[in-house]
Amino acid sequence: MATSAPSALRKTPLNVMHRRIGAKMVDFGGWDMPVEYSGLIAEHMAVRTGVGLFDVSHMGDIQLRGPGSLDAVQHISMNDASKLQEGQAHYSAMLYPQGTFVDDVIVHKLSGNDYLIVINAGTREKDFHWVKSNVQRFNCHANDYSDYYTQLAIQGPKAAETLAKLTKVDLSSIKGYWFKWGTVCGLANTLIARTGYTGEDGFEIYVPSDVATSERVWNEVLEAGKEFGILPCGLGARNTLRLESAMSLYEHEISDKINVFEAHLDRFLKLEKEPFIGSEALKTIQAEGGPARKLVGLEVVERGIARDGYAVLDAAGKKIGVVTSGSPAPFLKKNIALAYVPTELAVVDGEVAVEVRGNPVKARIVPTPFYRRPKKTA
Amino acid sequence: MAYPEKYKYTREHEWIEVAGSVGTVGITDYAQNSLGDIVFVDAPKVGTKVEKGSAFGSVESVKAVSDLYSPVTGTVTGVNEELATSPEKINTDAHSSWIIKVELSDPSELDALLSAEEYEKFTAEETGK
Repeated sequence: MATSAPSALRKTPLNVMHRRIGAKMVDFGGWDMPVEYSGLIAEHMAVRTGVGLFDVSHMGDIQLRGPGSLDAVQHISMNDASKLQEGQAHYSAMLYPQGTFVDDVIVHKLSGNDYLIVINAGTREKDFHWVKSNVQRFNCHANDYSDYYTQLAIQGPKAAETLAKLTKVDLSSIKGYWFKWGTVCGLANTLIARTGYTGEDGFEIYVPSDVATSERVWNEVLEAGKEFGILPCGLGARNTLRLESAMSLYEHEISDKINVFEAHLDRFLKLEKEPFIGSEALKTIQAEGGPARKLVGLEVVERGIARDGYAVLDAAGKKIGVVTSGSPAPFLKKNIALAYVPTELAVVDGEVAVEVRGNPVKARIVPTPFYRRPKKTA
Repeated sequence: MAYPEKYKYTREHEWIEVAGSVGTVGITDYAQNSLGDIVFVDAPKVGTKVEKGSAFGSVESVKAVSDLYSPVTGTVTGVNEELATSPEKINTDAHSSWIIKVELSDPSELDALLSAEEYEKFTAEETGK
């Protein structure tokens, strides 16, 4: 029997459909979202070995448009957007003056005067307010287009073959972190981006947010992926997939109390570009020898599962850090975690313990990502 | 899935089937469904004392860990070893995948547990929340 969403929660245009096909729903940052459909492990494996479909319409979309839009983007984000070409996107983050995270984002260069910043669901209002108040002195407009799009993620080694059935766009011409516009499911000018949050190849498409169109596209993607064993996938699999790939989640690996060096995201930090919000503080941290703690990957060696918030202990049993995300890894079939530990102990092969329900359980520091997708041979 | 009439249930979603002075304990279909794919069952050793309403172990799915609460007071006389290697059996059939057997200290404790009908009503209320 289909139930309806508690009224206080926000819903994507596909909410009724998720409930109709029997998804288990959870409150995710104020959104009523599917956590799983057929089962988390099956969904996770579909994305690693075939293809999976996610409703990620809860993500936000901020557009910066106008002659000053590049300067504005440069001022509010840490990566160097001047390096982007039209049709290219990159991972970046918006920072507070102290070098900690407002949010991590994907910046798309739509044209010379037009940038699209894709932001997280739980931080949508905060982010938009932040952008709006910090780009005022630039000659550009910030618009919140979040509710205009249903965003679908088609992810997995068979994502391209699935999507190819629904569009004439040559998908092989869209490299990773590039995008194009084209007709998808008969919808002209659909943004097709080769991006995702699973560690696999895949695409994110942005279609009009009316319920009828959203449901039609959803169903056509499922039909197209049928021969590859496509499964609708929930936030449960999305979380384990991104954890195997060691991608950050806001309020876990990154937050307003964690800086870029700690989070091990300095490869996306371009301090050599003109000053931006957070750059001064980060230069100081760098000059003073770097951060006191660092994010590391852990593999639990003994029996036990590390979970978010569990303490990390040294050999003597003293608390030295905390797990930010921990879970069994369905593809790797190991119990893995991301955790903050003091920088001097953040060494691969270092031995620590995780306090699992009162008991120290041995864990080893391992390189991240835990999972890297196989390189295409063809 | 139907809840067997001959079982008694807790509000923490365990079932118990009593034969003579021994109770067999597992988790309900409702519990396995809320947890999702179960990957780990932490059960006590034979001989461990368990107490009504107290945690005696845990069951973990990919996404969550949940304590197991004993429906009765007594001593563990058996542990389902199959669950150590195949914890997913609980997802397949929660009502036949027992976790521990307990020699009851006080059979009158059973009176406070829920009948199948009462438990089903209780889960309907939980779902409606």
